[in-house]
Amino acid sequence: MAKRTDLRSILILGSGPIVIGQACEFDYSGTQACRALRDEGLRVILVNSNPATIMTDPEFADATYIEPLTPRIVEKIIEKERPDALLPTVGGQTGINLAIALDEAGVLERLGVEVLGADIEALKLGEDRQLFKEAMEEIGLEVPKSGYASNLEEARAIAAELGFPLIARPSFTLGGEGGGVVYNRDELREIVATSLHASPTQRVLLEQSVLGWKEYELEVVRDTADNVVVVCSVENFDAMGVHTGDSITVAPQQTLSDREYQEMRDDAFRVIRRVGVATGGSNIQFGVDPATGRRVVIEMNPRVSRSSALASKATGYPIAKIAALLAIGYTLDEIPNDITGKTFAAFEPTLDYTVVKIPRWAFEKFPETPPTLGTAMKSVGEVMAIGGTFSEALLKGLAALELDGDMAVRERRMADPVRLRRRLATPNWERLFAVFAALRQGWTVDEVSALTHIDPWFLREIETILNVEAQLSCWDLDSVPEEWLRRGRETGLTDSRMAKLLGASSGELASRLAALGIHRVYKRVDTCAAEFPATTPYLYSTWGQEDESEPTTARKVMILGSGPNRIGQGIEFDYCCVHAAYQLSAMGFETLMVNCNPETVSTDYDTSDRLYFEPLTLEHVLAVVEREKPEGVIVQLGGQTPLNLAQGLAAAGVQILGTSPDAIDLAEDRRRFGALLTEEGIAQPEHGTATSMEEALEVAAKIGYPVMVRPSYVLGGRAMAICYDEASLRRDGALATAAAGGHPILLDRFLDDAVELDLDLIADGERAVVGGILQHIEEAGIHSGDSAAVMPPMKATAEQLDRMRDIGRRLALRLGVVGLMNIQFAIHEGEVYVIEVNPRASRTVPFIAKAVGVSLVKIAVQVMAGRTLEEIGFTREPPVLTVAVKEAVFPFRRFAGVDPILGPEMKSTGEVMGLSPHFGAAFAKATLAAGDKLPTSGRAFLSVHDRDKEALVPVARRLCELGFELVATAPSET
Amino acid sequence: MTGYQEILTDPSYRGQIVVMTQPHIGNYGVRAEVAESRRIWVEGFIARRWTRRPSGVAPEQGLIPYLLEQQVPALEGIDTRALVRHLRRHGALRGVMTSERLEELPALAEELARFPTMAGRALVDEVTCEAPFTVAPAGERRARLALYDFGAKSNIVRSLTERGAEVTVLPARTPAGECARLGVDGVVLSNGPGDPEPLVEIVATVAEIVQSGLPLFGICLGHQLLGLAMGARTFKLKFGHHGANQPVQDLTTGAISITSQNHGFAVDPESLPEGSRATHRNLNDDTLEGFELVGKPVFAAQYHPEAAPGPHDASPLFDRFLAAL
Repeated sequence: MAKRTDLRSILILGSGPIVIGQACEFDYSGTQACRALRDEGLRVILVNSNPATIMTDPEFADATYIEPLTPRIVEKIIEKERPDALLPTVGGQTGINLAIALDEAGVLERLGVEVLGADIEALKLGEDRQLFKEAMEEIGLEVPKSGYASNLEEARAIAAELGFPLIARPSFTLGGEGGGVVYNRDELREIVATSLHASPTQRVLLEQSVLGWKEYELEVVRDTADNVVVVCSVENFDAMGVHTGDSITVAPQQTLSDREYQEMRDDAFRVIRRVGVATGGSNIQFGVDPATGRRVVIEMNPRVSRSSALASKATGYPIAKIAALLAIGYTLDEIPNDITGKTFAAFEPTLDYTVVKIPRWAFEKFPETPPTLGTAMKSVGEVMAIGGTFSEALLKGLAALELDGDMAVRERRMADPVRLRRRLATPNWERLFAVFAALRQGWTVDEVSALTHIDPWFLREIETILNVEAQLSCWDLDSVPEEWLRRGRETGLTDSRMAKLLGASSGELASRLAALGIHRVYKRVDTCAAEFPATTPYLYSTWGQEDESEPTTARKVMILGSGPNRIGQGIEFDYCCVHAAYQLSAMGFETLMVNCNPETVSTDYDTSDRLYFEPLTLEHVLAVVEREKPEGVIVQLGGQTPLNLAQGLAAAGVQILGTSPDAIDLAEDRRRFGALLTEEGIAQPEHGTATSMEEALEVAAKIGYPVMVRPSYVLGGRAMAICYDEASLRRDGALATAAAGGHPILLDRFLDDAVELDLDLIADGERAVVGGILQHIEEAGIHSGDSAAVMPPMKATAEQLDRMRDIGRRLALRLGVVGLMNIQFAIHEGEVYVIEVNPRASRTVPFIAKAVGVSLVKIAVQVMAGRTLEEIGFTREPPVLTVAVKEAVFPFRRFAGVDPILGPEMKSTGEVMGLSPHFGAAFAKATLAAGDKLPTSGRAFLSVHDRDKEALVPVARRLCELGFELVATAPSET
Repeated sequence: MTGYQEILTDPSYRGQIVVMTQPHIGNYGVRAEVAESRRIWVEGFIARRWTRRPSGVAPEQGLIPYLLEQQVPALEGIDTRALVRHLRRHGALRGVMTSERLEELPALAEELARFPTMAGRALVDEVTCEAPFTVAPAGERRARLALYDFGAKSNIVRSLTERGAEVTVLPARTPAGECARLGVDGVVLSNGPGDPEPLVEIVATVAEIVQSGLPLFGICLGHQLLGLAMGARTFKLKFGHHGANQPVQDLTTGAISITSQNHGFAVDPESLPEGSRATHRNLNDDTLEGFELVGKPVFAAQYHPEAAPGPHDASPLFDRFLAAL
């Protein structure tokens, strides 16, 4: 079979804003699909509301619509563009739901749009648990027993038959929302009430629990000729009961025998054929009873998923790209394997290494919600680590997570046996540390396994790590036998950890290891366990005798990525890193990417010339630098993560491209920077720093309340708060001190009732050119990442804007910025204040780039490589093309008991963009894209703090004029 | 990536040191029923890391005690990927596993140089059964088959009996006439170790069976022997096909099977005589994976339809053979 000739144009749906359960893996999949289809000469039409994505860059599609992903809007786009076909399977759940909605509305039929990949029936079969269950039983596969209930009586009858615990899954809610595990009759009553409320159809599925069973996933790909291959098998470290997105996972699967695995593979093939996914990837999940090996099908996703992104990165088999090519008629034997260059996509990758994924959570931002894990996903990002063995990959993954503080502190918190037992028995985000603590305290593997249901195989590997650590800690560097140093390295202990155990410095250890010839080497991910030569340098470090990195002598630049997604540092920074790779490549440099986030475009093997899938720690980055010897390293595009490494890299003699580490430090150091502003005569809120509560109270008294309190050196406004009086400062100041972890806390006079603005500029050392100015819609005090914003600014005078431009230019030149810089301003009582300066790419860069139609990153990268703005031809602030509104998207629905109030601590996971010549329409579009419906009539509820009452009056009046009925709480009724 | 016990007990590995690419080996232990023959055949076994204590459903024994019990030398803790890459560059090599000091290397190398290579070695006689025996079908008997045991894996017998065949397993050098006297409906030529070329007598036997008109199905070494019997040539591959992810395409339907393979020699498709035709090819290197005698129920596959270990994609070949009887 071959490529279809009847298809000319294809509509691709993106997945919209980053939310929990649907993150930048769909930028990765959409980007791959767009590229693959355009390379095939097809016209690609793309719709996505998320401006921070690579796929919405103009060069990835022939027509790009940054529009809300709603059926009505997509219908309009289809009417205008008249695509031949729609590819809904690379845009996550959003893409699937939209396709189903468009089909049900008859749009696809009316406009003659064919659905590629999986047809609507298949999509529905994957979605509807009842239909899926029936289909599985029809082909003789076991699924957990279950029944639907519409009331408590029915629920009790089902519970009587199936027994507790049960899993409650309300019908037609997304990502497990509203459901949970039910252990007894009381909980049943409770959850049935909430489930029936949550479900639009007032039905809840009660499913026999396979809690504690082992959980597996197979990533399966099928072509039009009915050829099926398994790309990757994944075993969940956490047993059934924890959402797979919240589980630590391991590839390939480790504890099934060949017989069990092949039977599972057979089942997976039957599932994909029965569900009817014609072409492309599917993810099929199984539960296995550890005692008997009995196997049940849990669910299947008839589309590219988070797991497929992981499987692609884990194996080097680009599932999304291949799925796109299969959708237009190619068969697996016709698609070349890019990595070997010689073989084809018709094979099953084999791994001669071990991959571990560890999720990254944000519970510290939502202290009101219990940090437990269940059937609804709560993590906001993940890291992937590749190592020779499981222990090596696990330890690398832990290093890559960039958690505050060290492991020992985390483990110590588990010292209390009652607490430890609870931490083991109830899945929670710190359970891995509890496992380490328990085994270190001498619990047996069987005891830990009995409580956690984690397979003893994994626990024994962890026990091995602890044994090696215990051995090393018996020696010092001079006396330790070579054998134990070797074992330490083989186990995957980092140099810094080994040095600490031996009471030596990292440098001393490194020279001893080098003398013994114990080297860190780089191996290639090649899809085939070295059966064929790999032409694509996709590398990871491990111990061994042979290094395969084969560095070239080309002029090369290393780009440090942004690590795991978290609130405050997400896809925007990946966008910047990817742009840098493209630009440097266009300038003739060889590009080296270092990153550990499997969801991203930056970790695609074809984004940069050489990809190092490594943790972003000083140790791992320096090792790559040593091997590759790049001309320079770019640290200003990956957010705070690489910036934190700048000093250490510079100290090791590494050339940092762009703004110097000293200038970075100057901008980050509150005292030094404050002095500089004063010197320049630039207004800033009165401020001070404190290392104790007494000092903080003193400073606050001096600068006057309200004060904004925050720890230094943290991300996304972590533990930031506005304190209106001493009592609230005592509370929030303590939290900030804790989060600061030894660093001082900062106090600023809070500018009440101010308007905030973001300015991004590029400087070359001689000249600074503003890229754009963004005005926040929420008032100052709401974190810039959480506030809606608009370009061009609506509420600042021309003089104020010019003042900001002037300040920006002066600061950039004074600091010696080479590259990007972001400044946050506040206008308070007509005066322009500088709130914060970030000498790096900021979260707003992709948004501004899309609003002005200029890739700021590409210009900045040229500057970092030594060109002047004049040479580049970027000497004037680009005009804003149309009114652009940014709206933030929040995860509150996932966190029970969390108050959805915004403040200085960032809580949003993603953003959308609304574009229109008119502010109102742009705002409405942004709101719609964020998933909120703006009501046009009805009843409005008003309730504010006494101090804000005055500001409320005009709002109330306007609502009245628009025909809203008003209600208020008693004290506000005046 | 799984299936180490099946590999250890596959007689086709006679005379070979096997290095596993998957780093963790032994994770789910061993079970007697999983063995593909009566004993371990590999000469030496290498992995990055052995699992000390198995997990999984009811392992009967750990891998290390299993290896020790059968006195099979095993090695862990080396850079297995480096070794595999070395083999890829230089082709399959003779090797030594030693606990001697490095100074002893020259002496070992000398000893190794005296050791025979795989080419020209008739290993079949070391692994075949001593006397014929018959295995009853599962359920009603649909056919009676003879299986020439050149080092047959038990899953070939199982795959046939579970499809209703009564299987008589014959020693490798059973003359064609003796086989004919059994009155079977068809003959299966099993897998086995080493080079097919020195097995001149067996090749003649196969030729006789073909001439007798009995339906015939060759697997792996059986495929090569059938090829030689028809007058085709075989040659040694650089490092052979190994593993459970080899893509094979059916040249008639275009369908792709992911197959389990383990062979160092192959039939040259150019040398296939008239009256026969290639039916399958390897998608990775385009080598011959299957052929048939046109219009006759005689065909062969270079890969392993019985899997064990590996995917079950090719198992319909057994159905095809039974249907052809």
